[in-house]
Amino acid sequence: MKNQPESPKMVEEILQITHAIGELATMPMRFMEVCGTHTMSIFRHGLRSLLPKTLELVSGPGCPVCVTSQEDIDRMIAFSLKEDVIVTTFGDLVRVPGSRTSLAKARASGAMVEIVYSPASALEIARQNPDKQVVFLGVGFETTAPTVAATILEADARDIRNFSVFSTHKVMPPTLDALFRDQELEIDGLLCPGHVSAIIGARAYEKICQEFDIPCVVAGFEPEDILRGVYHLVHQKVKGEARVENVYERAVTWEGNQNACALMEKVFEKRDARWRGLGTIKGSGLAIRDDFSHLNAERRFDITVPETREKKGCLCGEIIRARALPLDCSLFGRVCTPTSPVGPCMVSSEGTCSAYYRYGGHA
Amino acid sequence: MCLAIPMEVKEITGTPGNFLDPPVAQVEAQGTRAQVRLDIVDRMPEVGDFVIVHAGFAIHTLSREEAEKSLELFKDMAEVAKGPGDEKPA
Amino acid sequence: MNVDKILLDHGSGGLATKRLIEDVFLKHLENPVLSRMEDSAVLDLPPGRIAFTTDSFVIDPPFFPGGDIGSLSVHGTVNDLSMQGARPLFLSLGLILEEGLDMDIIEKISRSIARASREAGVMIAAADTKVVGRGQADKLFINTSGIGVIPENVVLGIDRARPGDRVIVSGWVGDHGAAVLLSRSGLPFDAEIKSDCASLNGLVEAIIHAAPGAIRLLRDPTRGGLATVLNEISEASSVDMEIWEERIPIRNEVSGVCELLGLDPLYLANEGKCVVVARRDAAEKVLEAMKGHRLGREAAIIGEVREKEAKERPQVLLRTRVGGLRIVPILTGEPLPRIC
Repeated sequence: MKNQPESPKMVEEILQITHAIGELATMPMRFMEVCGTHTMSIFRHGLRSLLPKTLELVSGPGCPVCVTSQEDIDRMIAFSLKEDVIVTTFGDLVRVPGSRTSLAKARASGAMVEIVYSPASALEIARQNPDKQVVFLGVGFETTAPTVAATILEADARDIRNFSVFSTHKVMPPTLDALFRDQELEIDGLLCPGHVSAIIGARAYEKICQEFDIPCVVAGFEPEDILRGVYHLVHQKVKGEARVENVYERAVTWEGNQNACALMEKVFEKRDARWRGLGTIKGSGLAIRDDFSHLNAERRFDITVPETREKKGCLCGEIIRARALPLDCSLFGRVCTPTSPVGPCMVSSEGTCSAYYRYGGHA
Repeated sequence: MCLAIPMEVKEITGTPGNFLDPPVAQVEAQGTRAQVRLDIVDRMPEVGDFVIVHAGFAIHTLSREEAEKSLELFKDMAEVAKGPGDEKPA
Repeated sequence: MNVDKILLDHGSGGLATKRLIEDVFLKHLENPVLSRMEDSAVLDLPPGRIAFTTDSFVIDPPFFPGGDIGSLSVHGTVNDLSMQGARPLFLSLGLILEEGLDMDIIEKISRSIARASREAGVMIAAADTKVVGRGQADKLFINTSGIGVIPENVVLGIDRARPGDRVIVSGWVGDHGAAVLLSRSGLPFDAEIKSDCASLNGLVEAIIHAAPGAIRLLRDPTRGGLATVLNEISEASSVDMEIWEERIPIRNEVSGVCELLGLDPLYLANEGKCVVVARRDAAEKVLEAMKGHRLGREAAIIGEVREKEAKERPQVLLRTRVGGLRIVPILTGEPLPRIC
């Protein structure tokens, strides 16, 4: 959607690649992507309509908001209900329904909730409001976690006393491991996330690639990138190969971003984490280290949440594991819609249900 | 907020590793200007380099050549469509 | 008495009110009807069907690149009338002011309203001001109504789109929404984007003149953006539409900001654009006429109307820039940025 019209050359090359995919993918294949941005881009550009019917693209647990447990959502809302606390958050969390309410509803009743685009902005809000406590809701995988680590280090260096982070950050590799251990999962290949891979490196997928004999291809977010990634997956599958390939060379290297990893390592340590739908996965969460406990919202505040109530009938947990599609959920489109969502998969702009609801049919 | 477009570095201020005066780049892409932090980038960019941005932080630096090559992605695609490892046409 | 701020007194109907009206409003908005300061405007209307509209403006911030709440209230109202094919004639203006508002702002807004109404060729025939206590309104709110007359042979309606018709947009999409978003503080981005806020009555005249009888409907894609309007048309006319992504004019800067914010320009508001659905055989002529007008230079045919599939709901489909096909959904909830 740029000023210049699409050059016929580019369109022709896209046709070439979709044709090539079509030629190769003569048997049924199922690939999974585990990146919210991939989910969005596939729907937004109508990529499924360009792929052969034999080829199925499913979404895994790539949407950080969607995989946040109900209990963690309730805790986030509980922070906002505290006197003199400003909760700062990325936008997608605001409308996620907790057991009883949501951040948006809390805000409508007077809670202070501010949307930020960067954790650095949250710290800035803390500096501008010295009489308030500012809590940043840390959600996201390895692309976001280093930005939060840097922010914590800055808060520490500046001795900012009214800022803290509630970390529900998660990491990909143990998650993928847990996902593929599931005997019932039938996946022929993994489209690896673009920017998580920029941080952890393409080599992070080697272990699961070898252990589960799964082609793994790292691809970017433009539709051309995704199609290219799919092509490489199909090619590997057809040739009976299983290796890690990186076709997002402009952003991803084999080793990844050592600097970002070092900062994450300095501030966070691995812990077990509860995932919506996947239960507890060992070592899949990031907890703030003791050295920075003064910036850890879980230590600073006493948060009690009433008993978590899972939403009956909500299939979010199954959907993020590619065990079910939104259409399999009895609530989808009837009780659960983007304006009155039951689960996070319908709220988040990267959620599978939200994408299906909005783009459904031809997507 | 995963952005695909590499953004050009126009100006750099601050000091790497100094959280009291953090490294910041003024960047630009498609007529949009932004300010991004350089604390977590893999390689500290120079003016004229490009960066991939996420949540207000640069996560990867590319040289101008690499960024321009990426915009010629489509050329790669035509080669890929002929199959990896296949002979390129003369 | 220090009167450089609005006081509750200004809304009481007494001397302060009189001063406000005479020294500030009438200084800029003076016309033979308004200056009479009667309880009602008495107007001579030309014969024909009357178009009548109302609107309220609560935009934040009140001043933004390319316009302000004042010019917006005039252009927005004029456009509602124009979209019905009416020649806009008279506007009413009701202001609700927050106690403590700088008088300077009122001056600026009044000047802006005056300029906008001159540009549009409309008369502010009736006006009213109220003042509410501090915190009971956010700076100022404006309510308007507008009257226009529709020429006899002009019949437009949202239910008139037919299979085969062409869908045209008058120019760059998303400018106003992007400009307003950027002018809200707290965003670490910047771009040279101005609101497209403008009165479209001149452009509409050119459109209708180019192909009388071949224009099915006009619609301005304000709140909810182009996608919302296209869906409204589809629904009301019970037709499908196919839109071609690469034909939709979108500025690089708007595209860039949308990428950074995780937004889709198709859902951003426009305040100086219109969507035209025209009979296929007249589409090129209409396009030429639009391009010949200063507000339609970037006009483009962006799609076509199709027969709706039996038993299915009407749909707007987008042929994406890579050749894929997907639905253009209606806006659900507030556009929010993504996280990854």
